[in-house]
This record gives sequence, structure tokens and C-alpha cells, in this order.
Amino acid sequence: MQDKPTFFDEMFDSSGQARPAYAQLVRWLEDEDFKRLIRKSDDAEAFFRRTGITFNVYSQQEAEERLIPFDLLPRIITALEWSRLTRGIEQRVRAINAFLHDIYHRQEILRAGRVPVELIARNAAFVPQMIGVDPPGGVYTHIVGVDLVRTGSDEFYVLEDNARTPSGVSYMLENRETMIHMFPELFAQIHVRQVGDYPTHLRRSLVAAAPAATQGRAVVAVLTPGIHNSAYFEHSFLADQMGAELVEGHDLRVDNGRIAMRTTQGFMPVDVLYRRVDDDYLDPLVFNPDSLLGVPGIMDIYRAGGITIANAPGTGIADDKAIYSYMPDIVEFYTGERAILKNVPTWRCGEADSLAYVLDHLDELVVKEVHGSGGYGMLVGPAASKKELASFRRKLIKSPGNYIAQPTLALSTVPILTKSGLAPRHVDLRPYVLVSPDRVTITPGGLTRVALKKGSLVVNSSQGGGTKDTWVLED
Amino acid sequence: MLGKTAGGLFWMYRYLERCESVARLIEAGFRIALARPDIVEDEWTSILAAAGSRAAYDERHGRIRESIVVDFLLRDRDNPSSVLGAVSIARSNARLVRTELTREVWESVNESWITLKQALDAPVHNRDLPETLGLIRRQAALVRGALYSTQLRNDGYQFSQLGISLERASNTARIVDMKYYALLRSGSSMVQTVSNVQWETILRTVSAHRSYRWLYGGDMTPETIARFLILDQRMPRAILFCIDGVAECLENLAKMYGRRLPSNELADRLQDDLRRVTITDIYDAGLKGFTVDVVNRLAVLSQQIEEDYRYYQ
Repeated sequence: MQDKPTFFDEMFDSSGQARPAYAQLVRWLEDEDFKRLIRKSDDAEAFFRRTGITFNVYSQQEAEERLIPFDLLPRIITALEWSRLTRGIEQRVRAINAFLHDIYHRQEILRAGRVPVELIARNAAFVPQMIGVDPPGGVYTHIVGVDLVRTGSDEFYVLEDNARTPSGVSYMLENRETMIHMFPELFAQIHVRQVGDYPTHLRRSLVAAAPAATQGRAVVAVLTPGIHNSAYFEHSFLADQMGAELVEGHDLRVDNGRIAMRTTQGFMPVDVLYRRVDDDYLDPLVFNPDSLLGVPGIMDIYRAGGITIANAPGTGIADDKAIYSYMPDIVEFYTGERAILKNVPTWRCGEADSLAYVLDHLDELVVKEVHGSGGYGMLVGPAASKKELASFRRKLIKSPGNYIAQPTLALSTVPILTKSGLAPRHVDLRPYVLVSPDRVTITPGGLTRVALKKGSLVVNSSQGGGTKDTWVLED
Repeated sequence: MLGKTAGGLFWMYRYLERCESVARLIEAGFRIALARPDIVEDEWTSILAAAGSRAAYDERHGRIRESIVVDFLLRDRDNPSSVLGAVSIARSNARLVRTELTREVWESVNESWITLKQALDAPVHNRDLPETLGLIRRQAALVRGALYSTQLRNDGYQFSQLGISLERASNTARIVDMKYYALLRSGSSMVQTVSNVQWETILRTVSAHRSYRWLYGGDMTPETIARFLILDQRMPRAILFCIDGVAECLENLAKMYGRRLPSNELADRLQDDLRRVTITDIYDAGLKGFTVDVVNRLAVLSQQIEEDYRYYQ
């Protein structure tokens, strides 16, 4: 039996003293009436309901709208920590774009033997239709959400690169709105960097990558699967904030060599499509033929340079969990520098030695499905029952290539507000990164997700996670 | 603006308007029931018809019983013309067109939905009915208030206003249609059986009993009431007033978009016909036939608007 792991708490040091970044906040907390805070916490929930900041739950028969629980206590990052993180994130995101360009063109990295060919060729996330395609402005991943975890005062790891259609940014924005609404006095005392201009940057960034076919002011549209999608609120929120149209597949069609939307005055071309539907559903003529969510023929128009699709089809090959373990090599290969941000050590279960190790240490490891997301199809060894371990063992032996394993990280904690006082809970962080042809923009902070259940390491909203406002302090 | 968005706004406001109309119909039925228990069954039957819910009710419940009718009109989720059904559809449409709504409008619709869902969670006891009906009317007024005071006067506003006016016009036309026997010419034999209570009720269903009194004092005759409901251009729920509103919105759209469409013609013709006709003409040709014709023409117009502005294709 190992020692009980001790977790790094971001607010308090081991002696219970507030860390410098949190000193002002903790002083404020001590002066606050605890009952008032609890009341405010209920206010926040009512506020979210009234404004309709909800998500729909998958696998529910009747579409049910739920709130993502919001914790009032902010998570704070110092200016110094942030500047180091941003350098690492920018490096990584640039490498991802270079990797995608390479994979869909000359495939130098495969020729150099730094990434195995079969990992690409047999990967469902690899989209052969993208071979030789040059996305407008050269941008593949217009929006990236890099999931980070912290394990110590100087230790951050990248858990996942979300290079397809990362979600959650609306919560980052609404969390801040809510905090300003409820505690304006705090923002007068503590100087926190703004996040509110994200939609402006997003629009600018998308427009900068508009196709050559654009005439006049670029028309931007957000493609949503519809009001029953779990992230519909976010789709409409972003369209609204950007002044973009919110469209569904049946609002669009091919018209005169462009993709056009059906307006009250006829069909009008769309220049940039920020799509929030997966590759598979994008074009029934090319991908899943049963899809009603996409636009028949959009891939042809895209390949001919008639529209920008953000993110580009086929970017999933870069955030695939099997590719993840090669990221340090990928960063080095394209940037010539060592990766600033660390990767979590990863066993690829498809390799015999690794599989043997993983099977031997199953109760210590986190095992993830290579293509899973949202915390589904995942085993947290130390928290799993004997039965769960046994069932996962069978799955692993049956199709080892479908899994990777990682050590259970000692995720940092930040206290949340509970009825009986402050209580530490595990957190992660998803900063949002915008890539345009001329720059990379990272919004200070991002979305902090917090596991509300004591001891739990799963922060996904679909699995009972909540969120916190994330503060990056001014210099 | 997307065709789908125009359609979403149009239907969102139609259904909100419907919530309020249904609440007013229930209120009228309830009052009649207190005053004239002898005719209460007929009354509820015609209210169901005016609410466009007769067939659905017959299929579900058959026999007319006040408590069942009220509950059906308030809470039946499968009935798009019940208060709960209509507010849910309105809110779904609001979600669909959220990018076109001001924060105030969106929050008022969302709040209405939350509030009414709660208020109609369980059957409403007779003793709480007046308060609940008042709540429904207030919620609808809240959304309209937000619309009028915050929404940009662009094409989206025209589609919103179109929905309101069209729904009101058809609602009043249906009420006159259902109550035509109470509005038959003075002196005709059926009138004898009709009391002032009926006339009061009809005016209440369009929130116009007080306005009527301002204009005509205590002088209640079927002809003046019918003229007031059909041809008055000052009364916000009179058929012609609403059709003026519809024609004006369509005219505004034609100006904004720089072209006139078949729906403009249909609306103008309907407006002309109503402006030219007198209440005597209507009675001479038959009140019943007249209202049925108006209801049908409004339905055709609604479909033409849907086509002209590409709501669905």
C-alpha cells in the first residue's frame, strides 16, 4: 500500500496559509458573512436558469436542460505562471498546425520515422479527402482547447489537445459575467485580466482566415446540430456575441459554387463556417451518408476554396489519444525546440510491453479509450471496483490498440464553497486558443472544471463536474 | 435574416399570443359558469372551438366537463393550443432564434416558460384560477413589453409583429364565428334567449368590455358589438385593426427588401375588403359565412408569408 497521496492545493499551502496569489481573496473571504455567500451561490443558480445557460444531457430520453454547477470561489493564476503557460501553449498549437499540414501533404514526419505510419493510415480520425488541400490562410485549427492539469507549484501537464470542436468557452465568459454581477467589489480590489473580448477575437480570427472567394465583408455563420444538442446554448451564444448567423444543415446548400444560406431574401453565400458538428456529419456525400446535420457537397466547395471550415476537417488526427504520446516529438520536429509543456507519460496498450505493464498495474492507472471523449469509456484504476477492473481487463485484452494508459496524476485542488465551509476539490484547466494566419491569441485563463465529489478526479460536466471562474492576475 | 429565423420569430409570437387568448377564453367561460350555470356546457364547447381545440378534446375526453376542459386548455402538453403547450413551443422557437432576441426579450420568454411550467405543474383549483389566469396574461405582456421597448425595428421586428397581429386577427375571427348566434341581428328569434351576459363575455374574451363601454356607454346591440369586434380600427383586437397591422408589416418588409410579394397582395385585398364593407353588408350576406371566410383567408395568408419569406424552404 502506498502512502496516502498528498495533493497540491492552489489556495492554501501545507501549513494552511493562503498562497500569495490568493492572499487578497482569502482576506476578503474572512470578512464575508458565510451565510451571504451561500445565498449568493443560490442566486447564481437562479441567474443561470433565467438566462438559460444550460446544457442538454446526452442519452436522456426527453431532452432535459441542466445547469453546470458553478462554484463561487475563483481559481487564480499568477501573471508569471500564465506567461510560462502561454509560451508552452502557443508552441504546442503551432506544432499541431504544422503537423496537420505535413500529414495532409508531404508527410515528412512519417518519412523521418518519428511517428509510425500505421498510426496515421489506419486512424479513423485521418481524413483522406484532406490530402493536398490547402485550407484558406493555412490554418487548420482555428480554435483549440488545451486541457491542462497541475500537480505541483511548477508542474503543469497537458492532458489532451482538443483540436476538433472544443466546447465550454461560453461558460468561461458567463462565469466571469456572473462573478462581476455578484461581487463587483472584488474586481475593484483584485486586478484580473479580462476575458470578455474573446468573441471579438474569435470573429477577427475567423475573418482573417476567410477564403479568397469572399466578396466585401466576410459572412460568418455558426453551424449547430440544433436546439437538442448538448452544447446548443454555446452555439447560439457565440453566434450572438460574434454577430454571426446561427445555421443548421438544412439552412445551407450549394449555390453557384459557394455554400449559401437560405435567407428571407433568397440564398446568400457564407464565407466562414464555424462548424460545431463533427467531421463525420459534415457532408453526407463524403462522410456518413445518413447525416442530416451537414451540407451535401460542402467538401467539394471547400476543396475548391469556396468556403473556410473552422476547424478544418481532419484535425482530429492531431488530438487523437494515440497520437498524444508522440506530441513531444511532434513539437520538436516542427519547432526545433523542446516542448515547454510536459506530456503525461503514456503507455500505448497496442504495444506488447506496455500492455503487459498496464495489465499488471491496472489499479494504479487511468485507462482511456483512444477515441472516447467526455469522460466516457474511461477507467480510473484507484477508484474502480474489482468488477470494473475485471471488465476493463477483458476489454484491454480484446482490443489493446483501442486504449492508452496513464499514471493517476495527483491533480491539484482548489477549495469550493460547501454548506459546511471550504472543501478542496480537484480541478483542471482548459485555456482557449485562437489561431489565425497572422497570430495566435490565448484568452487569459480559460475554463476551470472542478470535480464536485470529494476525492473524484473526473471533472467532466456530463459526469457531475462543475466550473469556476478563472482569474489570471495582472502583472 | 435566415428564413428559419423569420419563421421562428413569427411562431414564437403567435404562440405567446395564443397563451394569452386561451387564458382569456377560460376566464370568460368561468364567468359564464358563475352567472348562467344552465348553459355552461354549450359555453365550454364553443370556447374549446374558439381555442381551436375541439377535435383534440373530443378525441381525448369526449364528454364536456368544466374541470376537464379547463385543465385541458391550461395544461395538456400534447395540445399546442393549451397554455402550457403554447408557451413551450414559444420558448423552443425563442431558443431557435435566440441570436435575434435582445437579452430582455429572451429572458422574459425564458422566465415566462419557467414561471408557467411551475404554476401549471399540477391541476389548478377553481379558487386559484383567477390568479393563475392573471399570471398568464402578465407573462405575455412582459414579453411584449420587452419587444416594444428593446427590439431593433428591423425585419425581425416585422416578423414578430406579424405573428402577433395574425394570431389576434384569427383569434377574434374564431370567437365571432363561435358566438355568431349571440350576435345575430336584433329582432331575430334566437336573440331572445341570449342575455347581456353573453355579450359581456364576448367582449371580455378580447379584453374590450371596458373600451366598448367608453365608446357606446350601456348601449349593447348585436350590431354594434359585431361592428366593434370586426371593423373597429381603434380596438387592438378587432379583426380589421389586426389586419391593418399585418398589411403594414408586410408593406414595411416590401420596402426593406425592395420587392412586393404575393403575400402583400393577399393582405392588401383582405384589408380593402374589410375597409369597404359595412356591418349591414356583413349581416345581409350572413355573419357566419363572413367569419368563416376571414378565418380561411388568414390561414392562406399565413401560408403565403411562410412561402414568400422561406421559413422552411
